[in-house]
Amino acid sequence: MKNLSAFLFSILDRFMRFVELPTVYLQKKIGVQRMGYLFVAPNMVLFSLFVFLPVGLAIAYAFTGGTNMLIWDRPFVGLENFSRLLNCGSYMNPASCEFDLFWTAVHNTWWYTLLNATGTLVMALITAVVLNRLTKGKALFRSIFFYPVLLSPVVVGLIWKWFLARDGLLNALVLDLGGERTIFLLEVWWSRFWVVYVSIWFHMGFFTLIILAGLQAIPRDIYEAAKVDGTSEWRQFWRITLPLLTPNLLVVAVLLLIRSVQVFDEAWVLTDGGGPGTANTFIVQFIYQTAFSSEVRLYGLASAASVLMGLALLALTLIQVWLAKKAEY
Amino acid sequence: MLKFLTRTRHHGKMDITDILSWLWLTLGTAVIAIPIAWAMLSSLKTEAEVNSFPPSLIPQSTVNTQVEGYDKDLSVWQWTKTDGETKQVALVRRIGIKATVVDMDKPEKTFQVPISEITQLKDVHFQWQNYTDPLERFDFFTYIKNTVFVTVVATILTLLLNSMAAFALSKYKFRGKNAIFMLILSTLMLPLSVIMVPAFIVIVGLNLADNLWGVIFATVATPTGVFMLRQYMLTIPDDLIEAARVDAASEFRIYWRIVLPLCAPALAVLAIFSVIWRWNDFLWPLIVLSSPENYTLQIGLNAFQGQFSVEWHYILAMTVIALLPVTIVFLVLQKYITEGVAGSGVK
Repeated sequence: MKNLSAFLFSILDRFMRFVELPTVYLQKKIGVQRMGYLFVAPNMVLFSLFVFLPVGLAIAYAFTGGTNMLIWDRPFVGLENFSRLLNCGSYMNPASCEFDLFWTAVHNTWWYTLLNATGTLVMALITAVVLNRLTKGKALFRSIFFYPVLLSPVVVGLIWKWFLARDGLLNALVLDLGGERTIFLLEVWWSRFWVVYVSIWFHMGFFTLIILAGLQAIPRDIYEAAKVDGTSEWRQFWRITLPLLTPNLLVVAVLLLIRSVQVFDEAWVLTDGGGPGTANTFIVQFIYQTAFSSEVRLYGLASAASVLMGLALLALTLIQVWLAKKAEY
Repeated sequence: MLKFLTRTRHHGKMDITDILSWLWLTLGTAVIAIPIAWAMLSSLKTEAEVNSFPPSLIPQSTVNTQVEGYDKDLSVWQWTKTDGETKQVALVRRIGIKATVVDMDKPEKTFQVPISEITQLKDVHFQWQNYTDPLERFDFFTYIKNTVFVTVVATILTLLLNSMAAFALSKYKFRGKNAIFMLILSTLMLPLSVIMVPAFIVIVGLNLADNLWGVIFATVATPTGVFMLRQYMLTIPDDLIEAARVDAASEFRIYWRIVLPLCAPALAVLAIFSVIWRWNDFLWPLIVLSSPENYTLQIGLNAFQGQFSVEWHYILAMTVIALLPVTIVFLVLQKYITEGVAGSGVK
């Protein structure tokens, strides 16, 4: 094993000597400090191709119509994509909109975001506070609570789909307790509840770790002083922990909002593509379907929806950056 | 164990907050572990067992036995007589509420019992075919091969490209350096979901649609990686690099033989994350890949469960395969992962 890795490394090293030759020549030409351009170049090429160019294209495509993929084959339509997306009798009622699916998705995403962000924040905060109290077994429980974060959305979706299935474990428990068998993922409100529940289950550990790091940054001697004064632990939480943690929590809350707005993967797998009906169709799914999985691929409309979502996320990001700056002082 | 569970920060008594804490931890552990454990146990059950309700906890299968005078194997049942005596019998046939059974020791004579008096015998049985069948009969071997390819190649490229960029941004002075760094950092805020449509169009333009390289190239330049490695490289003393320059080492050689080996701890953390990211990737491969022979495991598994939604014994087995590598990585390296996340806020 050791010999093998040494062997592989010597091959790699020899290969790198060939790569080195042209760089030596270049170094003589442009000087030492400008070699920085060479080192940063591959990264910048990829960023340009897959991030900066797409940002420009998203905006450009949002103003074009038709179904052609290449930008020069697409007619300029001005704000038509936006006006069609925003054409609504009442924004409260998706059925009154020209693109009712888009507004259904907006409504669903809004409610999902609100419930998921609140639920995750409360659960993660409680878990972090409980973990922070532990003197032993902290690492173990931290790992247990973090583990789901590392699973893939497909795995999480399928594990829960199986758990909630008609013949699943949950129905067995419900029947055992004298309840009625429910096909959870085919009922509108149950399916919405479980989508939020599964999301909290999936991502809570990540936010727990971040809040825990914030808790550990609170100086211990404040608690020592409180203890000397005989302050109860409950009171310590409300009077010391929560106020000192609030700047951190605000940053986490906005991060949660940003993540929640982009809900797609695990909800898509769990609900077989946003079902029942469109009860769990979210904005990213609308964009995905409009651009990739409908018969008429409306890249312009999908880009316009992306731009709208991007603007909402940008606003949230600016708030987050501002809050993070404030939290540092 | 009991002593460990009941110990508190104030010696001796356990107050209500301690009890609530432990309740929360126990409940949370159960909520996290039960669905996963349930999927794992179910993945080892036979097709009939998976589809039976109410479900059994441990994977079981029926006990069959050969009885003299019968061509087929007969299933073994436990017969509880009205007087409480129990006996094992083999079932010949069942009509209505009567069952015709045979005593296994005296196979020549059959007799009838009410079916309410017999229950089928089962023993623990792990159905490993659930794991081997999809690899042989469906395309799962290809999916796994593709995923391993994407994961390995993308991780190597991630380490190389991002460390090169980090080296440039931490050890050189050139015009536009800060602008480039800010530009890279700003992409941290830009999620894939916003740019997925035009990013796919770029992939089509590069002729990389439905190609694993299309999945790889779009993911290897990560702002997280550049940032993490740059912070680490800033701690490497410049004197070391100056000394190498005096010895006439080329800049590339300094990167390859001095800076890169010194960054091993940071590279290791990035490698762990990269492997987990690429193994789990869903939305991007879903957009880029369209033919089954190019599917990664996640995409293939999702397509399979859509197409064969009743074959839960296969779906669950492949789900376990999909979570296994990540689980092993986490079990071995959990300290680095949790500390990496807490320290940098990446996922």
